[in-house]
Amino acid sequence: MTNKAGRFGIHGGQYIPETLMNAVIELERAYNHFKDDEEFTRELSELFNEYAGRPSRLYFARRMTEDLGGAKIYLKREDLNHTGAHKINNVLGQALLAKKMGKTRLIAETGAGQHGVATATAAALMGMSCVVFMGIEDTKRQALNVYRMRLLGAEVVPVKTGTGTLKDAVSEAFREWTSRIDDTHYCLGSVMGPHPFPTIVRDFQAVISREIKAQLLEREGRLPDAVIACVGGGSNAIGSFWHFIGDESVRLIGCEAAGRGIDTFETAATIATGRLGIFHGMKSYFCQDEYGQIAPVYSISAGLDYPGIGPEHAHLHDTGRAEYVPVTDEEAVCAFEYLSKTEGIIPAIESAHAVSHAMKLAPTMSRDSIIVITISGRGDKDCAAIARYRGEDINE
Amino acid sequence: MNRIQEAFSHGKAFIPFITCGDPDINTTLEVVHEAVKNGADLVELGIPFSDPTAEGPVIQGANLRALEGGITTDKVFAMVKALRKNIKIPLVFMTYANVVFSYGMEKFLTLCEENGVDGLILPDVPFEEKEEFAPLCRSHNVALISMVAPTSEDRIAMISREAEGFLYVVSSLGVTGTRKEITTDLSAIVGAVRKNSEVPCAIGFGISTPEQARKMADIADGVIVGSAIIKLLAKYGKDSPRYVGEYVRSMKEAMH
Repeated sequence: MTNKAGRFGIHGGQYIPETLMNAVIELERAYNHFKDDEEFTRELSELFNEYAGRPSRLYFARRMTEDLGGAKIYLKREDLNHTGAHKINNVLGQALLAKKMGKTRLIAETGAGQHGVATATAAALMGMSCVVFMGIEDTKRQALNVYRMRLLGAEVVPVKTGTGTLKDAVSEAFREWTSRIDDTHYCLGSVMGPHPFPTIVRDFQAVISREIKAQLLEREGRLPDAVIACVGGGSNAIGSFWHFIGDESVRLIGCEAAGRGIDTFETAATIATGRLGIFHGMKSYFCQDEYGQIAPVYSISAGLDYPGIGPEHAHLHDTGRAEYVPVTDEEAVCAFEYLSKTEGIIPAIESAHAVSHAMKLAPTMSRDSIIVITISGRGDKDCAAIARYRGEDINE
Repeated sequence: MNRIQEAFSHGKAFIPFITCGDPDINTTLEVVHEAVKNGADLVELGIPFSDPTAEGPVIQGANLRALEGGITTDKVFAMVKALRKNIKIPLVFMTYANVVFSYGMEKFLTLCEENGVDGLILPDVPFEEKEEFAPLCRSHNVALISMVAPTSEDRIAMISREAEGFLYVVSSLGVTGTRKEITTDLSAIVGAVRKNSEVPCAIGFGISTPEQARKMADIADGVIVGSAIIKLLAKYGKDSPRYVGEYVRSMKEAMH
């Protein structure tokens, strides 16, 4: 009996220790039961609308559009969600599911801290305990988010192993889950890991493209020509793409973190520099050396600083349905500053990668074409780091 | 009788785990020789991986030291070739799926066969994913060794029925590392395995003292010890072979 569940083309699967197999099987069963359950979907919609502030706005960026002189640019404002990023969509879904499964404790990994903050928030809301694993390097880069998580009642565990970044936080969260399964749900933050996580997280994030489609049809009476989102593991991107995958006229573009450039070792651009491998429960593309050792990756953005990409993105790349482009630190910082000055919107440095590519693409397109950029999070958390990047030392 | 069956055929088997190249290849060679001389029945050789997600801090440390020492999969195969000149007991690799996958599964298993590697343990390849590796393992006479865990429950029968070589019984929840107490009902797990399979059962994870080894040997056919040996490597480095030898002897004696 070979279980082909959770495959996206050749990618995905369940490459995890036997100790966790019954836990993911139980999760899959529970998800399949609750995803179409009327009460569950009603409760989740209520959380989305009343608590997270959905639907998020689809904002016409008039000044940016005029300045770039090409395609009309719309911004999907996931930064306006409660806790300041798209991460809350997935977390509310998983926390509600975990609660229904009788779990009382959530664990999570976090890179930039946005997923950790969202998980700590949901745990507080639902009266669950919460432990967040965060690479020690990231706890330094994102000290404000560490404080926010603690304020929300979560325990933050700085992970010192490996490179002390997101991949190590994921490894440590898996290790913790292996040692405590009964009362604990691992609230994975992206469309990665073993099946059923890539599917569950995608379904909870798909609200982004569902709203974009409805909002744009109402405003413009048509579909966009391109949807652009940043990609680390790829949860805001898959959420932004999902309801457009069947609409062949819509270009789907994921922006990877190139760090100091894809011709350097200081990069996190998986599609551009990685190759097929098996890690963190899934088959997908990974930055690795010739012997399969996972590469230490780098990006100015702690949220994109991951050596892999979700298996469904790997498949969308294989089939050519989505395009993946690298964006460097410098380009992302310029876009961060540009959107702040042009529209009065400070995007997360992660989202700035998507803004940067849109800035290149828009002028090449006609004025009657439409680009949607997902602003996955707000940039307050990044201000100190960007100031440092520009040589200015400020105290948070 | 193949080498693995032979290893379990005269009393309870003691199985030390050693990370290849920690801190260097020569030390690993000497440690394996000392372990064999002092009664090891089968040796589990770890091929280091940058991100060993099933390991606790002790074996993570060994992986890092070995990689920093410049170990590669090619060097591991060369080392096994050297070991096979005078070591007759079974040698089994323990590594992660990506190490085998990225090396090229066919090339990896061909070299296993050529150099006398008898089995392969991939802790991140559960029953559901094993068909990707199993046919090639079979055609190269390498036993793909399955694991059962305290959480396996209804899965034990399914896993046991297709078990090859020996069955790795994970003693406790969590990752590798020494434990003061093992509370899982291991007799029940081993009993469930034996209803479905003839292959021997070896218990691993958390075992460090002769007393624990004796208790586990009462339940199962073999005992696997990793972290307790790696701690000796971490403490004594290049001087560790003699300490590992003494340790193996004390464990083996306790199991009689």
